[in-house]
Amino acid sequence: MAEMVAEGEEAEVLFWVGCAGSYDDRYKRVTKAFVKILHKVGIKFAVLGQEESCTGDPARRAGNEFLFQMQAASNIQVLNGYNVKKIVTACPHCFNTLKNEYPELGGDYEVIHHSTFLQQLINEGKIKLEGGGTFKGKKITYHDSCFLGRANNIYEAPREVLEALDADLIEMKRCRTKGFCCGAGGAQMFKDAEPGRKEVNIDRTEEALSTGAQTIAVACPFCMTMMSDGVKNKNKEKEVSVKDIAELIAENEKL
Amino acid sequence: MTGLIMQITFLLVLAVAGYILFRRISRIRKNILLGKGEAHNNHSSERFKNMLLIAFGQKKMFKKVIPALLHLALYVGFVVINLEVLEFVLDGIFGTHRIFAPTLGGFYTIPINIFEFLAVAVIISCVIFLWRRNVLTIRRFHAQELTSWPKLDANIILIVEIVLMLAILTMNATDQILQDRPDASYPETGFLFFSALLIPLFEGLSTGTLIFIERFAWWFHIIGILGFAIYITYSKHLHIFMAFPNTYYARLAPKGKMENMPAVTKEVQIMLGVPPENGDVTINAEEISRFGAKDINDLDWRDIMGAYACTECGRCTAECPANQTGKKLSPRKIMMDTRDRAEDVGKDLEKGGKGLEDGKSLLDNYITREEINACTSCNACVEACPVSINPLSIILQMRRYVAMEEAQSPASWNAMFSNIENNFAPWKFAPSDRFNWADELKNESAATQKEKHN
Repeated sequence: MAEMVAEGEEAEVLFWVGCAGSYDDRYKRVTKAFVKILHKVGIKFAVLGQEESCTGDPARRAGNEFLFQMQAASNIQVLNGYNVKKIVTACPHCFNTLKNEYPELGGDYEVIHHSTFLQQLINEGKIKLEGGGTFKGKKITYHDSCFLGRANNIYEAPREVLEALDADLIEMKRCRTKGFCCGAGGAQMFKDAEPGRKEVNIDRTEEALSTGAQTIAVACPFCMTMMSDGVKNKNKEKEVSVKDIAELIAENEKL
Repeated sequence: MTGLIMQITFLLVLAVAGYILFRRISRIRKNILLGKGEAHNNHSSERFKNMLLIAFGQKKMFKKVIPALLHLALYVGFVVINLEVLEFVLDGIFGTHRIFAPTLGGFYTIPINIFEFLAVAVIISCVIFLWRRNVLTIRRFHAQELTSWPKLDANIILIVEIVLMLAILTMNATDQILQDRPDASYPETGFLFFSALLIPLFEGLSTGTLIFIERFAWWFHIIGILGFAIYITYSKHLHIFMAFPNTYYARLAPKGKMENMPAVTKEVQIMLGVPPENGDVTINAEEISRFGAKDINDLDWRDIMGAYACTECGRCTAECPANQTGKKLSPRKIMMDTRDRAEDVGKDLEKGGKGLEDGKSLLDNYITREEINACTSCNACVEACPVSINPLSIILQMRRYVAMEEAQSPASWNAMFSNIENNFAPWKFAPSDRFNWADELKNESAATQKEKHN
């Protein structure tokens, strides 16, 4: 972003990468896939790079409101400093916080989740998915992210993206409003689960595997980790892959 | 003369029931207002629409069709049969019998037949509900928090409803026989289909006995209704009234949005050297008496109202991923505990006791930390509730208390906090590495380019 501003250029959209997208080896591949798509369709975008910082979502949900608001205040300062208007992010937790929680603290932006963004690109014909691509007729099941679905009512955008791939989309019994959590939301990602019969992600993975899908599509870094762990736990990583919708598009387009 | 005594007795019964009800309602109101928060009177048209759709229109009930249809029968029965209760009350006050019958003439038969049809629908629904609760193994009716009282409460409600409806049918059956007896002066009601089915049971009885049974059923029904109304205020059945304000005042923001803490915003602004918007740099001590919620007085009053609107149906708990995988958290229990605490504090205050200062608190004495820590904030419970109760709100406010007032969050959360503070990410990575992916991407695409050239 800093470079763009220095060169007097303006970005159409700011890509908010998020901590998982920046550091997590698996999720970095999603970041790269999304960037490749953005390059391919020729969208002028910027990232904050080292100026980006955690939105504060896990701190807030774990109860540390001070830390959340400190993070929010400094992020808003940076974003407003660059006069950011439109943000796209692949992380539903960042999306929810930036979209719903920053406005009250002085950060008002048009915030879009990458599933909606990709769906728009497909609808506008900017991404032309050739029929008979890599995923034609392949069984894919989509795991709803709670922070995208119930929290923000985004159920159809990721599904439309998958349908555009000509894939055979199979729904799990618990989907959309009844979607089952991956187990990592509400800052659970950062601590062990309370004692119980089973881990939430194992329960969900079993359900996903029972559909017979070769691919479990996700749209959230936490879901990605939890479902990948679940698949590994069931020794199915050779047969079943967990992929973000951006990766599926990039793969289909051989980017 | 006996007529007059009856009238006076009726008015006395009505007055006593009215007084007890009034006392109870004002107690509940005070209990709810132990909570804090604003009046939330904004967006009234949107709120009104939600109330019409969700409470009046039963919109969210229809996610489960069978219980929804049975519930609809009870609900419509309750609303419509109250019209007949209006006649009961007027008859009681004026010492008349079926005050609307002469005025409505032949038309009177139609509404009474409709009431009877609904009474039968209510009986059938209640019997099925009793069977579902006590015979079938529906998981949400067999949870740990459903101890003896909640189970008994549910069964009492269903049985009382059956008995009250049977009283109406008995009354109408005997009434129909008495209409044909020359030694009784009962006005014509026309043919009442369902109660006529009961006529064979009473036909052989003397007129005096029939009048006694008819009058007994009448008194039983009206006293039963008044008693039930008082009972309801102590029971989960209060949802029939509280569902309306609860859906009206329900949060309108997207479910993912956590409520802001303006007091914290102010402190953060001062810490960062940004003058607060209104220029007020003094922090009002009263405003931030406590961060987060330890007890009911720290909660938003809407959360306590939600507890009174809860009918313990357990749809929230049935959808909760933590509960489904065997963790202790049950959103229904969160709401039941909140109501129990409000009731306990209220009772104590009524006796002139210490109320909130009784050495107990909602957190620890009612809800454990293990429960609140298990929540994934996935909003499944909020989505599932047919009357827009939000158990998540209470859980998150309690986490705030634990994190900010006590600094007693689980150790790994504290580690996450310090990572965010020091590294600006919840994981321990160097901030300078945040943009490494871009270099990796450049190298990767250079490599593929090279491959293509070769």
